[in-house]
Amino acid sequence: MVAETPASSRLLVPRTADRKHGSPFRSENVMGLLFVSPSIFLFLIFVLLPAILALVLSFTNYDILTPIEFVGFRNYERLLRDTLFFTSLRNVAQYVVLFVPLMIALSLGLALLLNRDVPGVRLFRILFYIPVITSPIAAATIWTMMLHKDFGLINRGLALIGIDGPTWLFDPDYILLAIVLVTLWQGVGSNTVLYLAGLQGIPRYLYEAAILDGAGRWQLFRFVVFPSLRTTTFFVLTLSLTGAFQLFDQAYALTGTGVGNSTRTPIFHIWETGFNRLRMGYASSMAFVLFLLIFAITLINLQLNRRQAEELG
Amino acid sequence: MTAKHTPFTIAREALYYAVMLILSGVFVLPFIWSVSTSFKPDNEIFSDTLVLLPEQPTVQHYIDAFTTVPFGRYLGNSLFLAVIGVISNLFFGSLAGYSYARLRFRGKQSLFRLQLISLMVPGIVTIIPSYIILRSFPFAGGNDWLGQGGSGLLNTYWAIFLPGAAGTFAVFLMRQFLLTLPSELGEAGRIDGCSEFGIFWRIYLPLCLPALATLGLFTFQGSWNAFLWNVIVLSDPNLATIQMGLQSFTFNNQTDYGPLMAASVVATLPMLILFILAQRYFVEGISFTGTK
Repeated sequence: MVAETPASSRLLVPRTADRKHGSPFRSENVMGLLFVSPSIFLFLIFVLLPAILALVLSFTNYDILTPIEFVGFRNYERLLRDTLFFTSLRNVAQYVVLFVPLMIALSLGLALLLNRDVPGVRLFRILFYIPVITSPIAAATIWTMMLHKDFGLINRGLALIGIDGPTWLFDPDYILLAIVLVTLWQGVGSNTVLYLAGLQGIPRYLYEAAILDGAGRWQLFRFVVFPSLRTTTFFVLTLSLTGAFQLFDQAYALTGTGVGNSTRTPIFHIWETGFNRLRMGYASSMAFVLFLLIFAITLINLQLNRRQAEELG
Repeated sequence: MTAKHTPFTIAREALYYAVMLILSGVFVLPFIWSVSTSFKPDNEIFSDTLVLLPEQPTVQHYIDAFTTVPFGRYLGNSLFLAVIGVISNLFFGSLAGYSYARLRFRGKQSLFRLQLISLMVPGIVTIIPSYIILRSFPFAGGNDWLGQGGSGLLNTYWAIFLPGAAGTFAVFLMRQFLLTLPSELGEAGRIDGCSEFGIFWRIYLPLCLPALATLGLFTFQGSWNAFLWNVIVLSDPNLATIQMGLQSFTFNNQTDYGPLMAASVVATLPMLILFILAQRYFVEGISFTGTK
């Protein structure tokens, strides 16, 4: 069997002499495809096909019960007048604006604190990571009690320093802050680990050279550490942004849709439209708009980072 | 780091540990508080004084949680789904990852790129079509060959297992790890007359144990903590998973904090034990996905 392989992969793996002979089950070309086929098969049915179907469905009135009809752009036109959908987008935008910068600052700060070779630091790393492995639903349940107006630990703590805490989950002014708090608490540990890996990848000579040049602690951070972590920051930023726009579990379990829809998220709205009211065509158009929004923001993020990389490089 | 103990460095170290202890408290106190609440009788939960440890510990809330709601069943369901999900992802993920990393076949680059790009598509986009696809699976759940007439794979564990049985993340992680192993091992196996599957199964797979441990833990965590998809495809209460059970329990017992905390502890404990036993692999796995 003569296999045509691209030049690039031929460079990666040296060719051996007896590869051309033998039964088909010794052939790389057949076995290679066979080995990836279960994963590719599931990928086609549950990722690629659904992604294409989602676009098709968004131009239909599909609702399971009545015959499917193409409706052109009517779903998208209706979307422009859907105040609840816009409310959900505004809610999640407010959340993203608060959550993402705090996430970057806190995970980087914690990583700097943990990037030392002193006794106990391993234990601290483990403790900071525990909320990450907790399920969002269990975390939200625990926090409904933590944030209780009278018996919650937060307000009891605030009372000790003479502050009368708010009702958190029932106060439109604080509900978003509560969700930011809980999701930060849950998510910061994993990004801290990413930053720690980034910090440990900075070569020693960079620090030494900067110190020789008379750099202080702040200058060391500003001109050596932070620029060296640019790739990590980009990665954390991308993950946090795409994750934050898909906020659902914690917001739903903490407050449902909140007072006056103040915590209705796009995911919740799509879920409700598609599965409670069965307007699956319409819900697909929402899902697509959300996808395009996330995609656009990721592209902008990439573009901004490239420019920065060029300036610095 | 100088080893000198001047008053200044001692004060600085003391400050460092004070900050770290406070921060650890922020991360861990909610768990300690929920465990303590779950063992407190109601009058202590709603008392005006702030006491950490229960004065008269009781397991009544656990009994209540387990008798009003079949949490035992939910735990079993979740455990079953997590275990088969892990086994399947470890096997098919490493098989495909091995192929992408070490074998040459037509269309490899394009297939891999296509799978990788799909990681960009948010789950919410595919949720509705995936539901429809599962519902109209031919010959399943009373369906005819066109996938009409029945409920397909909905309300079966296939609906949870199949879409994630060989996830792209698993393939990607295993490929990245296998690329770090020398290709000479496979060449040696070939000269000795090993089949391609034999080379994967007997030579490379045993060397992948650290990556398999990480992947297994991540898969278990993802499956154990899954919520929205499970709610969508499972409506039979007998099939419900632990997070679904916890959420509906929360919904019905808004202010019954004792049983609520008992249920949260039960839903969190398996993951926590797993993490404490294998925390090294979690942390290494995260850094690995981030740096490669």
